[in-house]
Amino acid sequence: MTEPLDALFWLSSTVAVFSAWRVFRADSMVRAAYWLMGSFVGVAGILVLVGAEFLGLVLILMMAGEMTIMAVFMVMFMMNPAGLNPMNMVHQHRTSLLAGVLSFVGLGAIALLASFPQAPPPDPAAATSDLGHELLGGSMLVFQTAGVALLSTMIGSIALAAQRGRYGSAAEGSEEPGAPIDEEDA
Amino acid sequence: MTLPALLVVSAALFGIGVYGALSQQSFVMIMMGLELMINGAILAAGAFWAFSSGGEPKGQMLVVVFMTVMAVEAAIGFALVINIYRVRKADITEKLKKLKT
Repeated sequence: MTEPLDALFWLSSTVAVFSAWRVFRADSMVRAAYWLMGSFVGVAGILVLVGAEFLGLVLILMMAGEMTIMAVFMVMFMMNPAGLNPMNMVHQHRTSLLAGVLSFVGLGAIALLASFPQAPPPDPAAATSDLGHELLGGSMLVFQTAGVALLSTMIGSIALAAQRGRYGSAAEGSEEPGAPIDEEDA
Repeated sequence: MTLPALLVVSAALFGIGVYGALSQQSFVMIMMGLELMINGAILAAGAFWAFSSGGEPKGQMLVVVFMTVMAVEAAIGFALVINIYRVRKADITEKLKKLKT
């Protein structure tokens, strides 16, 4: 691999990991959402560098929309969206830190010690057209299933977030009303 | 740019995601941790596609499936947060110590 590509890879990796760490160190949740966006941009950059150009761009487009929704969501619901005060809303901090470090060390050890099959790098020009043929050819069922899963998600999300719950207003809880008592039988 | 280097970066993203998902109190911050874990998985899938499969298109399909999982997680997560806020007025996990009020 040529040196400029290596430099771009390390730049993208640094952006991805540093932004990911800043997500949980930002004082404002809106800023945290945009740091997360930065991490996705770093990963999308790496995907473009390895030849998956279409997936990299789709990732950026998808996450730009999602992070904007997330930022609006923060402003609507959460305290301190502007980051005017320091924010440190954590629990079980040491255990979480240990779990994170152990995950990294374990997966990193597998990455460095295991021997994976090697294959020649793909042709970037053919990768996107290959994916297109795969989406509408051999893997069409997977693609359609993903579409149906997203449709079910939309219906489920609307049902969950609707103002009216199953037994009246959602704000009043979801208690099932008691069975009607027939006075003549009583 | 080698396969182990990409996998180490994806392990770092996954580890930070694990830390975030376990340590944060706010529901939305927990979702961010989950998304970072999926972000690491996407990178690992892309790396294997590029370096181990020789450009097999099914490898890219796996990334598409991961992206779908991420979209589903985000949409259902937001809907659940809205629902919980309506019913319990809760925006952090500490307010949900009981499953039933």
